[in-house]
Amino acid sequence: MKKNYRTRATLVVLALCLVAVSFLTACGNAASDGQNAAEGTGLEGKISVIGSTSVQPLAQMLADEFNIKEPKVRIDIQGVGSTAGIKAINDSSCDIGMSSRELKEQEKNSKVQEHVIALDGIAIIVHPNNDVQNLSEEDIFKIFSGQITNWQELGGNDGEIIVVSREAGSGTRGAFEELLNLQKKEGDKTISLLIANALIAEGNGAVLANVAGKENAIGYMSLGMVDQTKVKKVAVNGVEATEQNIKDKKYSIARPLLMLTQAEPNQATKAYLDFILSAEGQKIVAEDYIPVN
Amino acid sequence: MLNKHCKSRIKKLRLNRFWEYIAERTLLLCASAAIVSVLIISVYIFYSGLPIFGKAGFREIVFGTEWKPLEGQFGILPMIIASIITTLGAVALAAFIGLMTAVFLAEIAPAGLAKIVRPAVELLAGIPSVVYGFFSLIVLVPLIDKYLGGGGNSLLAAVIILIMMVLPTIINIAESSLRAVPSEYKEGSLALGASQIQTIFKVQIPAAKSGIIAGIVLGMGRAIGETMAVILVIGNTPQIPTSLLDRARTLTSNIALEMSYAEGLHQEALFATGVVLFIFIMLLNIAVTFLFRKAGEGS
Repeated sequence: MKKNYRTRATLVVLALCLVAVSFLTACGNAASDGQNAAEGTGLEGKISVIGSTSVQPLAQMLADEFNIKEPKVRIDIQGVGSTAGIKAINDSSCDIGMSSRELKEQEKNSKVQEHVIALDGIAIIVHPNNDVQNLSEEDIFKIFSGQITNWQELGGNDGEIIVVSREAGSGTRGAFEELLNLQKKEGDKTISLLIANALIAEGNGAVLANVAGKENAIGYMSLGMVDQTKVKKVAVNGVEATEQNIKDKKYSIARPLLMLTQAEPNQATKAYLDFILSAEGQKIVAEDYIPVN
Repeated sequence: MLNKHCKSRIKKLRLNRFWEYIAERTLLLCASAAIVSVLIISVYIFYSGLPIFGKAGFREIVFGTEWKPLEGQFGILPMIIASIITTLGAVALAAFIGLMTAVFLAEIAPAGLAKIVRPAVELLAGIPSVVYGFFSLIVLVPLIDKYLGGGGNSLLAAVIILIMMVLPTIINIAESSLRAVPSEYKEGSLALGASQIQTIFKVQIPAAKSGIIAGIVLGMGRAIGETMAVILVIGNTPQIPTSLLDRARTLTSNIALEMSYAEGLHQEALFATGVVLFIFIMLLNIAVTFLFRKAGEGS
């Protein structure tokens, strides 16, 4: 008798599960149908994008947006480093190569087109009470590698410099160390020269709060996120960190984010690039970087 | 008539048994949720974290002093030391302050004052940890920088913030275990001529010992696992600290700080940090349970 009830109970539970599952899948189908119906320029194809790990997240965000419009284009993005990306497009082994630095002379190829999709500038920030207005690139290198440890050596007040940096793996930190050459090569490894007792802050917001709270601190962060009511930007080599100076290539701690294509890209690739450089695409770019259009 | 009555009763009984069965299964399902989660998490952590001990070497990881994950150096000794100092420092101080507060609330405070202190303690327990962290970063860290120097982000800041976070746990549990001591103990002691303070420290606290220890253990768990608040104030420098004003990095903050960007060996090293933390907490739990049992036998 008891057994009978067990089977019946199990059946009831199973039935409920079935109903729930079918309900959920029905909803899922309805949603995706709606999406397909909304668009439909019918473009199809596959784009393989290879290169810089700094461009990768941006390319992915742009691809996600692009796919809402063109769901049938598959965009395959791999972050393997700028050099590998440039090599891949020169070998024609991908549709788009990503690079977060200018191409070297020997890497240039008449068949490859360069498209600057965004500019990335890094501002050096200090506490508003700090008297230092300008630092040379060499000064910054020496501060962050621990060769200069007191603001007095730079014409400021007597106070031990507190270096604020980002966590290992952060794109901003990678760009900063690369642009200032704050690293050395040892075999196939790149070793950071950052001073060992640097304060490590997680994210731009924490860098800002740390520098804003300490008179002797110095830090760096993406230009677009600097809050000038709390911290002060320092000029580098006498050039103020502004969007205009970065666009004019005067400010040195900045880099372009490039996408490289063949001279005659295929239709899907061209549509993706057009989307990136359109007002809509550049709005996504502007969330983290300086737009180019 | 009788037959009909019987049938309906049987029907009712059957229905009862049916619901009984459903309830039993639901309870079992709920109970297994916890066990299954623990199992899955442990297996996953060890699965992802153990391989790197083979690749980089157990010694190099656990006793290494250099953490440069992108360059292949995965020493987490500085983090282990920082975790031990912050946890023990915070719990030792919080245990003292918490126990005294509990005694005050349970025995000494006039009803009116207790009505203010108790809700304040409960409120302290309800504040999210990131708020503690942000508060200390904005208020506490600049204060330490101003009066003691060194930038302010330090072990000291982490210890202070952890004390605040651990206090409510210790106070609440210690107070309820003090209240659970039979009033005959107190009356007996007072009747023998002991003063109130003597009674509290010689009779009531020893009698409530196991509960108080339980509170301290829970507090310790919270202190060692706390991540968000600590990341914001400790400075996260992976170096062995030599003074309380030095910046340091704990095991938990190491994982949370770098997980979002890590890949390959770096990610495995973070899981290895998790393995060490896991073993650490297990050892702590076992040690304290052992202590617990001894304390239980004593009273």
